[in-house]
Amino acid sequence: MAGFKLRRSLLYVPGNMPSMLQNIPIFNCDSVIIDLEDAVPLSEKDAARHLVKRFLMNYTDRNKELLVRINPLDTKWGYEDLKVVLPAMPDGIRLPKADTPEIVERLDTLLTEFEEELEVEIGRFGILPSLESALGVINAVGIANSSERIFALAFGAEDYTASMEIERSRGGEELFNARTRVLWAAKAKGIQAVDTIFADVSDMEGLRAETELAKRLGYTGKCLVNPRQIEVVHDVFAPKQHEVEYALQVIEAIQRARQLGTGVIALGGKMVDAPVVKRAARVLRTAYAHGMVDTLIDEEAIHGAQ
Amino acid sequence: MALNSLGREIPESYAGQPLIPYGDPYAIRPQGLVAARPMKRVNPGHNKRLSSLREAIEASGLKDGMTIATHHSLRNGDFLLNRIVAEIAEMGLKGIWIASSSVHPVHAEIIPHIKSGVIAGFQCGVNGLIGEMATKGEIACPIVVRTHGGRARSVIEGSVHIDVAFIAAPCCDEFGNMNGYYGPSACGSLGYAQIDATYASCVVAVTDNLVPFPVVPISIPQTLVDYVVVVDRLGDPAKIVSTTTRVTTDPVGLQIASYASQVIEASGLLQDGFSFQTGSGGISLAVAEKVRNAMRKGSIKGSFGCGGITGYFVDMLEEGLFSALMDVQCFDQEAVQSIGRNRAHQEISADMYANPFNAGAVVNRLDCVILGATEVDTSFNVNVNTESNGYLLHNTGGHSDTAAGAKLSIIVAPSIRGRLPIVRDRVTTITTPGETIGVVVTERGIAVNEKHAELKEELIRRKLPVKDISELQREICRVTGTPRPLEFEDEVVAVIEYRDGSIIDVVRRVKE
Repeated sequence: MAGFKLRRSLLYVPGNMPSMLQNIPIFNCDSVIIDLEDAVPLSEKDAARHLVKRFLMNYTDRNKELLVRINPLDTKWGYEDLKVVLPAMPDGIRLPKADTPEIVERLDTLLTEFEEELEVEIGRFGILPSLESALGVINAVGIANSSERIFALAFGAEDYTASMEIERSRGGEELFNARTRVLWAAKAKGIQAVDTIFADVSDMEGLRAETELAKRLGYTGKCLVNPRQIEVVHDVFAPKQHEVEYALQVIEAIQRARQLGTGVIALGGKMVDAPVVKRAARVLRTAYAHGMVDTLIDEEAIHGAQ
Repeated sequence: MALNSLGREIPESYAGQPLIPYGDPYAIRPQGLVAARPMKRVNPGHNKRLSSLREAIEASGLKDGMTIATHHSLRNGDFLLNRIVAEIAEMGLKGIWIASSSVHPVHAEIIPHIKSGVIAGFQCGVNGLIGEMATKGEIACPIVVRTHGGRARSVIEGSVHIDVAFIAAPCCDEFGNMNGYYGPSACGSLGYAQIDATYASCVVAVTDNLVPFPVVPISIPQTLVDYVVVVDRLGDPAKIVSTTTRVTTDPVGLQIASYASQVIEASGLLQDGFSFQTGSGGISLAVAEKVRNAMRKGSIKGSFGCGGITGYFVDMLEEGLFSALMDVQCFDQEAVQSIGRNRAHQEISADMYANPFNAGAVVNRLDCVILGATEVDTSFNVNVNTESNGYLLHNTGGHSDTAAGAKLSIIVAPSIRGRLPIVRDRVTTITTPGETIGVVVTERGIAVNEKHAELKEELIRRKLPVKDISELQREICRVTGTPRPLEFEDEVVAVIEYRDGSIIDVVRRVKE
């Protein structure tokens, strides 16, 4: 659990819009994905990557995770994107159309080369691969295991439905299998899973319903196209008050258990053991991010002293 | 010249009147009695109807150098002030002072009559071109900017005497009973005009909707009204009470609103009995919406909503989130319709709303008010009168009144306007003193006045982006750079009167 990072909301910001870039510091999303791919017209690819570089270099008081969505590596812009942007130290790269493990491995190799050149720690730049085609979804397990840089798998429904030659519906029934497969791959690898965007920025109820579904399935976050969506998504991912209270009781119980020299204890007639503690710890970390509890629980409370 | 307590240079006198430099928000105590006016008698059979505005002006006895007033409840749709000034000019009168409750951009038609000397000056603040031209030195007429409460005070104490009040009366009978609820020019509350009707030497009701006697409900009674004149139209219905009253969709504005509503929740004021005022701007309404949601969620039953009333507050009243609305002015048609049908939607005068010199104004009962700003400085002083170009463009409204009255006053403003930082070392003009401002909320952070130390602690505990106001300023200036200061001439073109009559600042002519 060390290095736990809350990623409920990953906001897309177009890389070619200075007025929007300058507002990145003010929004309270967990991550920002600065887009050099779909949002940027071909005529502005070059200008946008330099603008993003400048912005990142000037953004010294970083208050959120910064990812850059580069163009696919098989286009003529992908490599150049990395070359220009990486020296400005984003936290990671969102890799579009990560259809196969090989595509991710190629990015991994390039990132290692840049890290050596920039003399930064190997592994500093993370990877968030987008599984957004039938092929990508089928390969989810292989992709999840293709690089240690991968901290989460992202599902992209817009391109996925296009590759399936189907329409995306408001209820999202057609996405169910793909969503689940991406989740399995992520959970099996022990990494996070990030759900697709919800494109209608005026439909907050639709956004809420879709986010609730994603959370119920096991997704830990969602990509956003507008800052107005942050609040709803955070609200959905916020633990409920009774969950927080129960989690606090669990932690207190397990601490008592450890004093008694055991790893298992009963709480309200139910057994509290490692998986229950793990879930409680996750609830409390999220609750801390939402300001619902004042202190972060320390690792020793969860795992016991070595 | 004397320095007031906020370090602003105040001349000894202005437009022939001695000036009192501002000291602090609560110290000045009124002396003496309220102003008087002549008693009257009307015997049975008396006819108050006159056939034209001209006849009414003649009958009122208006003479050179006297003072007239209108109300601004028709806002930018008002026809009346322009028509009266045009008549006065035709009649050859000179040196007339305007003491309306406010002057709007539509009244730029008066400008030629200022240049020709028909209009001598303004005993009220102005919105739009008149102030801009005065600041540029293109017209010469004294302007005394007053708050809504301060204007009521000045009339009631007699420091401004209205010789003739012309009251646009959307619903009026032949004996002068009137309300603003019904008719083609309905504007809702007549809260400002109630003061004029009570204290002016002569009162002329002007209506485009003469109805059979008696008008009910009565906002202003026949006992105060000398003459009744019927005109074709009082104003342009499309522009009457047509303030933009929609929640902003701008993500920056919504971020500000979100912080502001969290400040209200953290303040502990949001509980049963909560009283609240916002303006009609998009950010203010977004705050109102968030507060409404929080009240629903917590099953909180508020006490009253106050001020300029919007459809938002009407909805909250009808939903039971407030038990009453205290309405000095309606901002939109929903508010106008509500005041005409709902007894819990109470019309109040500007005196009751905000006058500091009475036995208690409604603003003193406010828990929280949301206010705007064109600039804020590192001492929390707020400017709403001038823009960063130095031009006098806006009237004060109830800004300083509510800030002084409410338990918590919250300024909401984007950190950057155009390319300019909103937090300055020194605001161009001080409208409202920093000692009456609680919190400044921008999308880049929340600055809390030291007098609210507990609230500050609580906001930090809730992990809101609390910043020292100087730190906030530095952060904004890292994006915008530091603007070059404006340059002014010595000449004073307007004074900014605080609600108690002392002078908080002056507006000087801009060096062009």
